[in-house]
Amino acid sequence: MTVERLLLSGDDAVALAALHAGVRLGTGYPGTPSTEILETFDQLGGRAQWSPNEKVALEVGIGSAFAGARTIVTMKHVGLNVAADALFTAAYTDVEGGLLVISADDPGMASSQNEQDNRHYARAAALPMLEPSDSQQAYDFTWLGLELSERWKIPVILRLTTRICHAKTVVRPRPALQTLPEPSFKRDVPARVMIPAYAKPAHLRLRQKLAEIAAWNEAEGPFEIHEGDATLGIIATGIGAMHAREAAPGASHLSFGLTYPLPIERLRAFADRVERLVVIEEGDPVLVDALRAVGLPAEGKPEMYRFGELNVERVRRILANDTSPEAVPPKGKPPELCPGCSHRGVFETLRDLDCIVSGDIGCYTLGVLPPFSAMDTCVCMGASIGVGLGLRHVLPEEQARRVVSVIGDSTFVHSGLTGLAEMVYNPPPTGHLVLILDNGTTAMTGQQEHPGTGRLLDHSATNLLNFEETARAMGVQNVHVIDTTSLKDDSLRDLITDLLARNETSLIVTRQPCVLAAPKIRLYEKANAEQRAATCSADLVD
Amino acid sequence: MKVKNVVIAGLGGQGVLKASDILADAAFRAGFDVKKSELHGMSQRGGSVSSDVRYGEGLLSPMVPPGEADVLVVLEETQVEINRPTLRAGGVLIGPDVIAPESLKNKKSLNVALLGAASTVLDIADEHWIAAMHANLAEKLHTLNEQAFEIGREAARARAA
Repeated sequence: MTVERLLLSGDDAVALAALHAGVRLGTGYPGTPSTEILETFDQLGGRAQWSPNEKVALEVGIGSAFAGARTIVTMKHVGLNVAADALFTAAYTDVEGGLLVISADDPGMASSQNEQDNRHYARAAALPMLEPSDSQQAYDFTWLGLELSERWKIPVILRLTTRICHAKTVVRPRPALQTLPEPSFKRDVPARVMIPAYAKPAHLRLRQKLAEIAAWNEAEGPFEIHEGDATLGIIATGIGAMHAREAAPGASHLSFGLTYPLPIERLRAFADRVERLVVIEEGDPVLVDALRAVGLPAEGKPEMYRFGELNVERVRRILANDTSPEAVPPKGKPPELCPGCSHRGVFETLRDLDCIVSGDIGCYTLGVLPPFSAMDTCVCMGASIGVGLGLRHVLPEEQARRVVSVIGDSTFVHSGLTGLAEMVYNPPPTGHLVLILDNGTTAMTGQQEHPGTGRLLDHSATNLLNFEETARAMGVQNVHVIDTTSLKDDSLRDLITDLLARNETSLIVTRQPCVLAAPKIRLYEKANAEQRAATCSADLVD
Repeated sequence: MKVKNVVIAGLGGQGVLKASDILADAAFRAGFDVKKSELHGMSQRGGSVSSDVRYGEGLLSPMVPPGEADVLVVLEETQVEINRPTLRAGGVLIGPDVIAPESLKNKKSLNVALLGAASTVLDIADEHWIAAMHANLAEKLHTLNEQAFEIGREAARARAA
């Protein structure tokens, strides 16, 4: 029998595996390099939806898994910080259907604000973590993660990295499941309601589960040994395993897939057979520290290789203990706001008014670069409003009056709403001004929908979250909407000047579709209008 | 066959990733093991973009190690020097100057024209190139891109002759 051979990115492999393994719901928030998982899952016929943020996505996923449905929840690495509150307690609860939490790390920061290593979350939350090293393993570990999750009734983290998500390698899929258990609610209060009386035994249960999973990992966890010269043994995980095998083809190599809890005895047996033991891992010294903690004489990498991605050349240098300065690659062209971008005029205005701009995460973060140079802070999604308020609270009045918070539409829904509540609740003496730069899409990650667009993940119509009405209802004193499509006059400048002079809370929504998304948005709107018209006339006939 | 390393580079919006998808797909259809790697995210915003395609036997890392590219395809003149360090000694550089600007009906097909030029030094049969283009491009663009591919191929041959 010939098995179908496909060339898939890691993201697409996860989506296909989710479909084949019977995942009933995929939720998430878009974030490079994870975004394509849900988009592909939707295109393949799976049920996928964008949530306002990762915490909500995980909460929906937990509910779905409580009801017995296989579920995936996707996000980029920093998204797991947002979801962490739900994650740590979900570890205590029993899930019925498999729950796979997918975190896509971005070592080297191709498009992120930090390069945090989410392997720390597995240990901190006490959750099993699988780490594939190519698309085939991304496919296989999606199945495996769901199976482990159901067997031990525990959420499982699938950790991907940029070069897994966006590298295409060959995948041979397995036959799709034909029958699935129907979701249904079974009451189990002690396993799901984490009041202290139930959470205390749940924590003991969690540790027992982990001990059993560790024993399973020792006996039959995913594990690969390539025997070679015994003078050098390399233990590597994820993409590091591929780089290592290419960098040192003659050495003995061990790679393994379930990287928390560790299969220590299998690693020890390998360590005993080799003279020199080196750990190749991207990011923080997580694995090497764990091996040293149990007394294995593991060698890690020099500190300089903690930063950025690994590649074959860097692994060769690590093995040679070469800490000489690395060749600095010629600088590429940095990204910039698109010609005709709706944000350009806003940043020019803020620059000309010499505002102190508390910025946020999105395309518009590029407002920090020349010719605008109109952003002074940027921390994490939604922080623009809180940070702006903090500046306002303590700066001398003449500086406080220059502070403006700038946030995008998708980011506002993600975590700006609570910032607005804070502004209404604790207004600084000079008031504050928030600008929502509404370009009608999540532009940064490739034009995804969100609750403010009024369209679902597949671009069909749904309810629209109206920012200006929401702000008015929350008690913001001055709410204005400016269509910047044909903004040639000074109206935006005059409005900002006026609002900065007041001791009141203010919101300006600047609205103009992203130039890249506008043609597609017009098509979606047309299709949705036709759909509504067809539904209406069908109702009349009925 | 030993591993063939190709790097395609340019600016966001030029079709670098599309070109590398077509190349990877063509090599895949030719029966090779293939790995393709790219960085995108902010690339839509006009910044530098590059993508690595490797095919052949015994593939491991999806990234072409620095100084080991057999072929470097660059879509934008300003990006040639930036990417030159990826090329091995004796490797083939295919820059945008291979194509005379007036020879393409649509400038957007430069990526495919340069693939055509690269095809003269890559051992992948025509049928796989055509099938890969059809699978990765909208149907209404097939003729235009097949022509661009041919123009690139002829230009490279004329230059080599």
